[in-house]
Amino acid sequence: MIRGKVIKYGDNVDTDVIIPARYLNTFDPKELAAHCMEDLDSTFVDRVRSGDIMVAGNNFGCGSSREHAPIAIKASGISCIIACSFARIFYRNAINIGLPIIESPEAATDIQEGHEVEVDIVEGSIKNHTTGKIYKGTPFPEFMQEIMKADGLINYVKERMTKE
Amino acid sequence: MGMTMTQKILAHHAGLDHVKPGDLIKAKLDLVLGNDVTTPVAMEQFHKIGVQEVFDREKIAIVPDHFTPNKDIKSAQQCKSVREFAKKYKIKNYFEIGQMGIEHALIPEKGLVVPGDVVIGADSHTCTYGALGAFSTGVGSTDMAAGMATGEAWFKVPEAIKFELTGKLKPWVSGKDVILHIIGKIGVDGALYKSMEFTGDGLGNLSMDDRFTMANMAIEAGAKNGIFEVDEKTIEYVKEHSQREYTIYKADDDAQYCKVYKIDLGLIKPTVAFPHLPENTRTIDEVGDIPIDQVVIGSCTNGRIEDLRAAAKILEGRKVHPFVRTIIFPATQKIYLQAMEEGLLKIFIEAGAVVSTPTCGPCLGGHMGILAEGERAVATTNRNFVGRMGHPKSEVYLASPAVAAASAVTGKISSPEEVVK
Ligand code: SF4
Repeated sequence: MIRGKVIKYGDNVDTDVIIPARYLNTFDPKELAAHCMEDLDSTFVDRVRSGDIMVAGNNFGCGSSREHAPIAIKASGISCIIACSFARIFYRNAINIGLPIIESPEAATDIQEGHEVEVDIVEGSIKNHTTGKIYKGTPFPEFMQEIMKADGLINYVKERMTKE
Repeated sequence: MGMTMTQKILAHHAGLDHVKPGDLIKAKLDLVLGNDVTTPVAMEQFHKIGVQEVFDREKIAIVPDHFTPNKDIKSAQQCKSVREFAKKYKIKNYFEIGQMGIEHALIPEKGLVVPGDVVIGADSHTCTYGALGAFSTGVGSTDMAAGMATGEAWFKVPEAIKFELTGKLKPWVSGKDVILHIIGKIGVDGALYKSMEFTGDGLGNLSMDDRFTMANMAIEAGAKNGIFEVDEKTIEYVKEHSQREYTIYKADDDAQYCKVYKIDLGLIKPTVAFPHLPENTRTIDEVGDIPIDQVVIGSCTNGRIEDLRAAAKILEGRKVHPFVRTIIFPATQKIYLQAMEEGLLKIFIEAGAVVSTPTCGPCLGGHMGILAEGERAVATTNRNFVGRMGHPKSEVYLASPAVAAASAVTGKISSPEEVVK
């Protein structure tokens, strides 16, 4: 179960604003987190608290395939992202590095900045404690749940390769 | 139910007779690609898996193109680590500075992708190779790491949108205008999670360079991949560049598409995408008066020989506007050399443009042409997001090489016809 305060953004948040290319000469999560969202919201880094939940509109994470983007968001303390939809490479990357994300157009539209929200990743359900509203999402396919259970693709692959 | 091209390729690589949209499959990979920004992250993940060797040292390609020739000490360190990794694991297709080019122009040129392949690359524009009738898609570094270790990747089988092309492009109109037109029409998430299949009688009128440009920008519509039906031009290109055997997959007659668009190439006008999204398109006659500070011609979208020829046609015997920095970067060493032999470089230099060694450089705001606050550039690249080419308050307008070259001459966004009368 994940619970936190909401930081909200709009549609088409691209990976260039999540982590600008000028910082891609490193992949240290802490250094990346220090510049997370900088070109879209320069206040993010100072106001984000560990456990906070990011909520956004359509096509979140579009653009470049840089895994630095979900890495920066995860390292900044964000515990989960809820969006109307995700760009597909970002979606893969988030699952592969073990950053919980959930697609729910209804929840992502309703939930506002500052709300207190709880997410059940396995069920795909979301509870807004500020308004009391509950949203039923689609549960993740079993295969993706296994990746998340293993805390990312690398552990998943590792487990399987040692078994073989 | 019949299958689309993409579905057939995926089914075959997953060892299945049939797949349908939504199926989660594991497919065998013919090529795994990375660059100097994404490979360091992948290497770290690869080491965590704990295998002693890569799955196949001939099926991995590493191209240090983003911050090279190294732009600063940190980039130099990253490139060094990538080089050492390539040496240690005997990666056959590691391309050092001097051999290197922008990955998505270089990989087809080196014959590393052929029709029917499944390719993943830790770079979103890996979708470029769909021009060759391969399934090719961008992934992140962790997928690259798992791919290098296992030779496999997981995919959700996509639905497809069909683009039926007819007719022939008018003079000064190119593949770039077609794909900008399409993205303007369907939006930056218009093909989200989907495959874009290009087919129809008009296909034969598009050069391979046009097709590479179009497949390259499939990701800008949110697509998983863009793929072109294989024809004589594809075969000719593949035979010229590769020794490998290839397989031609054709969509079944009863393949299902979630949408079909008919596009008459003859109706397409030069098209420009305004800041800050590739979907903000206007045809050249609707652009208005937009003065510019910089022109960038190159990148994995438009740094191929035909692109340079189009720019040279306009710049020949002319000068770039005195206040417009014009930067031209051929995408690979081979293209660079060819441009030299054809006299294009001379035309560029005499016009007052600079010509750079192949690099991603300005395209991602890395180096070699960063924009200051409030500056505007016309670029033949593929993204015009906030801050993409420099300062968050700078602007990028995406266009074809012909429009970019014409704009370099006039100092504002211009139609080629305005300059070449
Ligand atoms: S040229 Fe630009 S879009 Fe192409 S690979 Fe390089 S940075 Fe990416």
